[in-house]
Amino acid sequence: MADKLLHITGLRASVEEQEILHGVDLTVNRGETHVIMGPNGAGKSTLGNVLMGNPAYRVTGGSVIFAGEELLRKTVDERARAGLFMSFQNPLEVPGISLENFIRTAVEQRTGQRIRLWDFRKSLRRMLDVLQMDESYASRDLNVGFSGGEKKKAEILQLLMLAPSLAILDETDSGLDVDAVRTVSRGIEEFKKEKASSLIVITHSAAILSMLDVDRVHVLVDGRIAAEGGAELIDEIERDGFARFDTREA
Amino acid sequence: MAGEKTIVADVDRSFYDFRYEEKDAFRVAEGLTPAIVEQISREKNDPDWMRAFRLRSLEIYNRSVMPDWGPSIEGLDMENIVTYVRPNTRMSAAWEDVPEDIKSTFERLGIPQAERESLAGVGAQYDSELVYHNVREEVAAQGVVYTDLESALRGPYADVIRERFMKLVPPTDHKFAALHGAVWSGGSFVYVPPGVEVEIPLQSYFRLNAPGAGQFEHTLIIVDEGARLHFIEGCSAPKYNVANLHAGCVELYVGKNALLRYSTIENWSKNMYNLNTKRAKVEAGGKVEWVSGSFGSHVSYLYPMSVLAGRGARAEFTGVTFAGAGQNLDTGCKIVHNAPDTSSYVNTRSISKSGGVSTFRSAVVVTERAENSKSAVSCQSLMIDSDSRSDTIPAMDIRTDKADVGHEAKIGRISGDAVFYLMSRGISEEEARALIVSGFAENVSKELPLEYAVEMNNLIRIEMKGAIG
Repeated sequence: MADKLLHITGLRASVEEQEILHGVDLTVNRGETHVIMGPNGAGKSTLGNVLMGNPAYRVTGGSVIFAGEELLRKTVDERARAGLFMSFQNPLEVPGISLENFIRTAVEQRTGQRIRLWDFRKSLRRMLDVLQMDESYASRDLNVGFSGGEKKKAEILQLLMLAPSLAILDETDSGLDVDAVRTVSRGIEEFKKEKASSLIVITHSAAILSMLDVDRVHVLVDGRIAAEGGAELIDEIERDGFARFDTREA
Repeated sequence: MAGEKTIVADVDRSFYDFRYEEKDAFRVAEGLTPAIVEQISREKNDPDWMRAFRLRSLEIYNRSVMPDWGPSIEGLDMENIVTYVRPNTRMSAAWEDVPEDIKSTFERLGIPQAERESLAGVGAQYDSELVYHNVREEVAAQGVVYTDLESALRGPYADVIRERFMKLVPPTDHKFAALHGAVWSGGSFVYVPPGVEVEIPLQSYFRLNAPGAGQFEHTLIIVDEGARLHFIEGCSAPKYNVANLHAGCVELYVGKNALLRYSTIENWSKNMYNLNTKRAKVEAGGKVEWVSGSFGSHVSYLYPMSVLAGRGARAEFTGVTFAGAGQNLDTGCKIVHNAPDTSSYVNTRSISKSGGVSTFRSAVVVTERAENSKSAVSCQSLMIDSDSRSDTIPAMDIRTDKADVGHEAKIGRISGDAVFYLMSRGISEEEARALIVSGFAENVSKELPLEYAVEMNNLIRIEMKGAIG
């Protein structure tokens, strides 16, 4: 039997009293790369946010077992420390905290021990290099004045430094030019070098997927998984769109 | 969100609330009379002019009215304030000679360590007398004088002090300036000769220990032409039920083309009335830089003033004020442009939490003589919860058309999205909030030497977490 890392059953969630997810089932095994595709408003980002524990969303039913424990009972920071990571679509600007200090604080919280500055700097420099980011980014305030592409790279930098067991990438490719998508993909490849790392890529375009070895594709339409399949589904969606999955009456 | 919500509890200042049994060598009767003032003067072996000055100040004190325009100071009963408490020791130049209980107080606050790390000299005032005073040899070798004010009054700089003592802040300024003039005790005198650059900061640390004791230290700093100095003042006091009063006075003389940075982290206990008066006079081409962090006290009135007296003189004020439960902190600054081509830059942050009130009050005066002067004032406020209050009261008095004066104010709250974002990286809610608030106050912390920036961030953490491990 495959090694289940994430097991979602019947997940329902709403925002501002409106139900967005109507019962989602999804399983991700260790080491797998999953893709969630779907039209705008289908609930893709809601799913990511609910898994991470965004307080703006309310879970109304279902269960999420992550690494053998119920995720929904954990606080946001406990989820992160348990090995879950989500890259934000629009990462927030936090003045007065440098990217470097932020990542170091986060890594120390995640591992529960202090790391030597020298060791930390060394691995940070290596990851900055993978992402073709200038070292000066490390001393800049977290996301403050970063361009859209820089913010996305900073998210992937955090991913690499935190080395979670499951990363959810929420529309990480949106708004990026071809070169930036390539750089970000290189970062994701670096993350996937660790064989047991799992990935959920939320996207509505296939550009970023061509560089990834996809195990499973889930099509999310109107708050439900409407179809599942292998990487071949990506080509079909590229060609035909989501129309055939939409079972709602016109 | 699943899980328990963190309670951002009331401030627990217990870390700073350690204290020791009082062993006063000498203590005056409560209340204030000419006899008491004379007794203080005798005990201090004042020169005659100083005794006369004290008595004159007492008269002014007795006929001046209490301020009625700021936070209430009704809890203050001068009849019950013991104005003078001297610890049971003589001034000492070696740390080892300082009595054990006093020493451990300072050691808990990290003072000797800080000195060993990077500071040029430490003057630590325990209640009213300096108990420890030391200037590193190389600083003294540059001709820099750093001593307690009382012995300086009888030393080679006696005349210099007489010319300047309470000339920037005269006893007629307000009731508590008059009180200060009458009962001042302890404090520092610094003189930096022309052209001398003091590379490492000088620091002093004030601490009140006796219940009901007022602290009236006087700091007089002269940075002569072309010289440079960074002076750091740190303050804290343990907590008592009796109201404590702090009415210190700081007078800074910044010479032509000289630079003085004056940094303060005040962390008085929450029953303290902090009515401190600070003023700088800056000559042509000189610059004063104030860096100010106000965390403690029950009520503060604190508005360091810079008088730009010579052409091209400059002032910068960078401040942060954190008002928690039961605190009403009225802070800000005052700038007087009284010469052409002068400039001032004010950048402050205020934080209020758990019903705390924080008011930013500023005054910018540009006189007719101050053509081509520039002033920019920016203040930002952060309210941690809906019980707290934040006010901004900027005043401007511009008497020339040829001046460029700007003011900017912003008020905000901690964004829930930002807290979620930081937590999603494994940082606890408390820590996330503390990080955001520390980041907000970074304008000040980045201007402080590392040990002080760390202490300030720890204070923010204590305030935000409500308890420390």
